[in-house]
Amino acid sequence: MKLQEYQAKELLEKFRVPVPAGSVATNGGEAREIAERLGGRVVVKAQVLMGGRGKAGGVKVFDDAEQASVFAADLIGKRLVSVQNPQGMVVEKVLVSERIEIEKEFYSAILLDRAAQRDTIMVSAKGGMDIEEVAASEPEAIVRLAVDSKWGLCDYEIRAALVAAKINPRAHRQMVPMIHALYSAYKESDATLLEINPCALTKDGKVVAADAKVIIDDNALFRHPDYAALGSESAEDPIEAEAVARGIAYVRLDGEIGVIGNGAGLVMLTLDEIAKTGKKAANFLDVGGGAQADRVRSCVELIFMDPRVKGLLINIFGGITRGDEVAKGVVEALQDLKVQVPVVVRVEGTNAEEARSILATANLTPAKTVQEAAEKIASLVGS
Amino acid sequence: MSILVDKNTRLIVQGITGREGGFHTEQMLEYGTNVVAGVTPGKGGTEFAGVPVFDSVEDAKRATNANASVIFVPGPFAADAILEAEAADIPFVCAITEGIPQKDMVRAVNRVRENGKTRLLGPNCAGIISPELCKIGIMPGHIFRKGPVGLVSRSGTLTYEIVNELTLAGLGQSTCVGIGGDPLLGTRFVDVLPLFESDEETQAVVLIGEIGGNDEEAASEMIRTMSKPVVAFISGRTAPPGKRMGHAGAIISGGVGGPESKVSALEGAGAKVADSTTEIPVLVREALAARA
Repeated sequence: MKLQEYQAKELLEKFRVPVPAGSVATNGGEAREIAERLGGRVVVKAQVLMGGRGKAGGVKVFDDAEQASVFAADLIGKRLVSVQNPQGMVVEKVLVSERIEIEKEFYSAILLDRAAQRDTIMVSAKGGMDIEEVAASEPEAIVRLAVDSKWGLCDYEIRAALVAAKINPRAHRQMVPMIHALYSAYKESDATLLEINPCALTKDGKVVAADAKVIIDDNALFRHPDYAALGSESAEDPIEAEAVARGIAYVRLDGEIGVIGNGAGLVMLTLDEIAKTGKKAANFLDVGGGAQADRVRSCVELIFMDPRVKGLLINIFGGITRGDEVAKGVVEALQDLKVQVPVVVRVEGTNAEEARSILATANLTPAKTVQEAAEKIASLVGS
Repeated sequence: MSILVDKNTRLIVQGITGREGGFHTEQMLEYGTNVVAGVTPGKGGTEFAGVPVFDSVEDAKRATNANASVIFVPGPFAADAILEAEAADIPFVCAITEGIPQKDMVRAVNRVRENGKTRLLGPNCAGIISPELCKIGIMPGHIFRKGPVGLVSRSGTLTYEIVNELTLAGLGQSTCVGIGGDPLLGTRFVDVLPLFESDEETQAVVLIGEIGGNDEEAASEMIRTMSKPVVAFISGRTAPPGKRMGHAGAIISGGVGGPESKVSALEGAGAKVADSTTEIPVLVREALAARA
């Protein structure tokens, strides 16, 4: 789960990482109090997990507390819409924090290096810009430091990385303990990504984490009940939030053909085959093992929460769970929900023949291969 | 011949009294796997499906001389189960569990590798099967047939789909290895390929990769040096960057893990990359014919 910016900064403060002073507000009055305490020169930022927040009008700087509170009051309850998120998200909270005078911007992140199988610290003097673009155009500007999983991180390694990254030497003395603190926060919170962009050197010579992005490992939420309780607040898409609540592996995509399959690889294959017909899948959904009627029903309900879905392709490989049992579950679920759009079902594996005859008697379109299933649903959905 | 597991495999099931562990223990016994012990802390001294249950891996190994273990323990406790098996000097450990915290796996994978006494397969994998000899894991045994094709894959059901097509086409398998869908794996493509290269029974290799990471690129370097033909398939070719496609490891991020780089690396190394699953048996047959 991705933390909101204010949650990420609260986490960092707990580990003594310097962040700009500020607090989160849920109404104009609270925003005014915080802004006054900070002396009026503040930045107000909408706490929504969407790209393009600034361009959507969710971030603004002020010189006095009154204007800041008026803006905050107006922003809270409003739906922000951006190119990255055309549906938009309603702002429930704003972060009010001190304005800092930035002299230099750096980049720092901690994440898993899959190839090295170790946690890795990344530092770069190219802060405040899209790091993926830096990685593509100037890969040598990003310096990586793999953390020894047994012995941890040493000061001299961090210093060497800062030198190699050509980070302004005035920042080194503060950045060494800061990177130790960031790594502690990463480990203790079971983060899979902790990114500070920009990490700012201010005009008065202080290093602060001006913005922070933190992703917590969903598999480790049992160790972090506070984050687990946040639940839907962390979802970037309402249907994905519902999927989390139902315990279904679902990813929203931007096409019109709903997809249900069992196993991540088989579902990816199904999406690829749909793409070959010129159509696009509306989602990734892994129903998991078994595919009993109630489970399938829950998945079908979820898929039709997306109003763009014009057809459904179900692709199940019956292994230990026999294909005819899967087919019965699918038929029962679809009849219960009175699904009106075209549905193509492909069941392969154990008892596939029996499965196909069950599907045919229920007026569903059966298919023998994934390729055939994709072609059938594409033509049924039409143009 | 087969790789990693055979008739001499003596298996412990960690988490044997759980729902998944219990069900698949019965399935493995039915397939003919020699399950010699189960482990569930607190249930030592009991029996499950005729298999004696012990409190610890150490106890189970001492009593049964087991040489392999399979883990069905839930995610929060699974990395510890891996380390327990390693500490008991079990040479082959297969972790089926999905959803192990990344921090726990960083520790487990690094310790297992540094100590060098255990081969870890998985986690988040379907297991391993040498048809007619031994099945460790959750795959439907009856779709596999003995034969010349070695298969290694990051995905479970996609493997069943492809094995089913191979079997229907009369192409049996020497060993099928599920390495798992997680970003951190005990055994990767590069670890399995040399085993197939030196296995007498294996005549051709099928490699099933997917988006995320660069293990397929690393495998390509090894394929370049192999004498046996490799047929590959990559799923998730149309997945958008930044989205995790079910498997924790199936995500294109930071410009790494896209399908184009994998396909071109594999093709550059001389592997035949199939565009669809139905093409795989055709390419395998061609490769076998060219080798004969």
